[in-house]
Amino acid sequence: MVSKKEKKSRSKGVVKERKDHVLSSLEQLGGQVYDQLAKKEFPTVKMPSRSIANIIYDDKTRQYILGKRNVKRSARNVRHVRPFTQLLWTAMFTDELTEQNKTSTLRDVFYSAQAYEMDFQDQQESDNLITDLETVTGFSREDFNVFPEERSAIFGDLTVEYTVPGYEGRTLNLSSHPDGVMIGPALTTSEFVRPDKKKVDKVIAIEKGGLFTRFIEERVHQRFKAVLIHTAGQAPRATRFLLRRLNQELDLPVYIFTDGDPWGMHIAMVIISGSANAAHLRELNTPDAIWGGVWATDIVDYKLPSDPLTDLDLKRLNELEKDPRYAGGLWQREIDTFRKVRKKSEQEAFSRYGLTYIVDEYLPKKLKLKSNES
Amino acid sequence: MTVAEVFQEISAADFFYRNRDIAGFTSPSRSIYSTIRELVENSLDACETGGIPPDIYVRLSHESGPLDGPGVYDLRIEDNGIGVPGEVIPSAFGQVLYGSKYKLRQTRGTFGLGGKMALLYGQITTHGEAQISSSTNPKQRITDIGLRTDIQHNKPIVLKKKTRTNGSHWKGTIIEFKTEADYSRAMPRILEYFKQTAIIVPYANLTFVDPRGRLYHFTRGTTVVPPAPTETLPHPHGVDVETVQRMLKLTNAKTLQEFLRKNFQRIGETTARKFLLYAKLGSKKNPRNLSSADMVTLVSAMKNYEDFVSPDPTSLSPLGADLLATGIKKELGISDEDVQNGSAFVATLQRKPATYSGFPFIIEVGIASGKQIETQGKILLFRFANKIPLLFDEASDVSWKVVDQIDWRGYKVIPGETPLAVFVHVCSTKIPYKTVGKEFIADRPEVEHEILNAIREASRNLRIYLSRREHLAQEKKRVDVFEKYLPKMAQFSTKLSRAKKEPDIKPLLKGLIKYGVEEGEEEPE
Repeated sequence: MVSKKEKKSRSKGVVKERKDHVLSSLEQLGGQVYDQLAKKEFPTVKMPSRSIANIIYDDKTRQYILGKRNVKRSARNVRHVRPFTQLLWTAMFTDELTEQNKTSTLRDVFYSAQAYEMDFQDQQESDNLITDLETVTGFSREDFNVFPEERSAIFGDLTVEYTVPGYEGRTLNLSSHPDGVMIGPALTTSEFVRPDKKKVDKVIAIEKGGLFTRFIEERVHQRFKAVLIHTAGQAPRATRFLLRRLNQELDLPVYIFTDGDPWGMHIAMVIISGSANAAHLRELNTPDAIWGGVWATDIVDYKLPSDPLTDLDLKRLNELEKDPRYAGGLWQREIDTFRKVRKKSEQEAFSRYGLTYIVDEYLPKKLKLKSNES
Repeated sequence: MTVAEVFQEISAADFFYRNRDIAGFTSPSRSIYSTIRELVENSLDACETGGIPPDIYVRLSHESGPLDGPGVYDLRIEDNGIGVPGEVIPSAFGQVLYGSKYKLRQTRGTFGLGGKMALLYGQITTHGEAQISSSTNPKQRITDIGLRTDIQHNKPIVLKKKTRTNGSHWKGTIIEFKTEADYSRAMPRILEYFKQTAIIVPYANLTFVDPRGRLYHFTRGTTVVPPAPTETLPHPHGVDVETVQRMLKLTNAKTLQEFLRKNFQRIGETTARKFLLYAKLGSKKNPRNLSSADMVTLVSAMKNYEDFVSPDPTSLSPLGADLLATGIKKELGISDEDVQNGSAFVATLQRKPATYSGFPFIIEVGIASGKQIETQGKILLFRFANKIPLLFDEASDVSWKVVDQIDWRGYKVIPGETPLAVFVHVCSTKIPYKTVGKEFIADRPEVEHEILNAIREASRNLRIYLSRREHLAQEKKRVDVFEKYLPKMAQFSTKLSRAKKEPDIKPLLKGLIKYGVEEGEEEPE
């Protein structure tokens, strides 16, 4: 149960407000097409181009965004009329979902379309249409209640208030289940109850499930006043959105711990600066999140057991080196070090010094970091 | 050793019996196919000679033995041709190398041999006799003759002969005899033979009752019979020493010049004189006293002399572009409306006469396309020679070579996808068969060249047709896209915008059909 005091201090209806925006943007799209048809015109719709040439890195928001170039879809064009109609169908489908507070997966969208003889050639085509809708409206699919398969989890002394049908107003403390709570549609659409800073003052995102469990066992959430999030590899969008909300709505710093290799480093980077694939979307990244490790320099400093970098790893490093997101000093330093030592280590490598070493020695040091600028 | 010398030792009938393989009588299945084919072709010749639209009835019935292997069958063939006079029947059907086909004109058979081989094969395999009935005049009596061949002496043996009244005023010939056959294996070829014959002889009614009692009937599409070929003298380019020797023995000409003038086409006084000067042979020489050396000189000079006028093509009997089109259309199931409204394509043409080695020939081709043709993943080739379908060894045939080397994509044909049938008909007084089996035509450069040009010419409009089809299909497909999606757009946008009534999109669709649709990539603004 949540106390009266806590209820008042919850972040005020952020989720509800966002939902209203989503619905009106969908209605607006429908109205635009309707008006053109009523005027006996072939409807057109404009949206930012997602071509590579139009994806640019924005220093201000520290993420990839779409540039000024637009594309026009015209129902007059034989190549456009089908995807345009599919876009409208997708809008209609998600409008219903959002309005009725029902959720769906990308797979569902693909099959539901068939009932309207809106045959999508394959899953890819229907996924692309969702991306189109995101681009047109500027909202992400989770806003339309379309979710990918869940694999990410959260644990900590934080209370959420559900908004999904049947659970409206019900609350849950996220430390109530020792395995963590799955980050699904219900959690993503929950309002946060503002926590006591004495109990929670940071978020720790962990790449690997094993370490997430270890942290819970070692009571990291209590010892370090942290909300723990298991990203399960590359963090799903819902998880990235949740991290951002925790950071922005509750002012909690976010620390990210990944494997010490180019791929782990990039998991952190996508949380911080977003991905090129989602350049049409804002508010999915957490620019102030901090990559705590495992760094390449950690491998050296802690003499961690390691494996040699593969050719693929090295190739990835070359790509990342040129990526504008990696322009910062820390990132270039770590890329250099990886190249120099030609080694990589997993998070579990700390077990060499005993199972609790990572929590007792390593973590406290890393949580002192104020940013990745160094 | 020449063939003539062999004949002196064994009879012609014996010789051909011993060498029946070369005439297509190798196995019971191949033999029944050859038997039917040879006799049908004789019947067709007998009708065409009289300008009569053929009515051919063939019945094959099982007598004894297994149904799925070699057994004894009874074959009956009836035609409405010119008939065979009673006194000639024994020789015509019971004596090998007797017949009317020595003179030069286009006929189906080459030596009048095939039909007799068929009867001979039946006699050998079943010890039966042949029953022949014939009438040459509707007002006269019918002759019935029972017949065998004395193989050793190449003589007909008449077993019975009688005449009867011709109450139905019938004219034609009926042959019935028993023969060994393997119908189960031969069936596909036999049926294909009838089908293709129906194409190349579109003025014939063909009926076939098979041993299982099934009736196959091919109805004529016209009663127009192309004019019968005229008989001509040989052209000097087309004779060999053997033939000239025989002609010299029979001639009653007094001088070599007269001999040339009377026995060859395209040779008059002047040509004969010029030619003999060229050959360095005296024009006054007695042809009967020509030495062997002179004879060889004469024949080789004939081959090499270039100033003879081309052979006379009136001895040829091509089908004509119209009749070929009739045959193609009726057997492929393409109607005149199909052609008119552009849903099918048929083009036929006849080339001008040409010659190879002193033999005149004419190439006729047909090109057909449309959904009526089953593609089977390749271009269908139908080959005909002197109105006979050629069914075996397609890949060795000159027509195949030509079809294979044409770049069909230039005609908008997508090989394996576009339904396309090519028909090639070679007419000649001597078809250049590659083998004695008469199944495929050798790639003589002159013939190959003519076939290539003919196909190219006939295909000229194919490109236009196929482009139009493609365009129409695309246009239809495009309009279909709009007809499918615009109503949905109306439906979805109405629901999304919470409007009460769907917008009317009919004017938009009408405009599309009228002005065509737009196509292009997403245009950046």
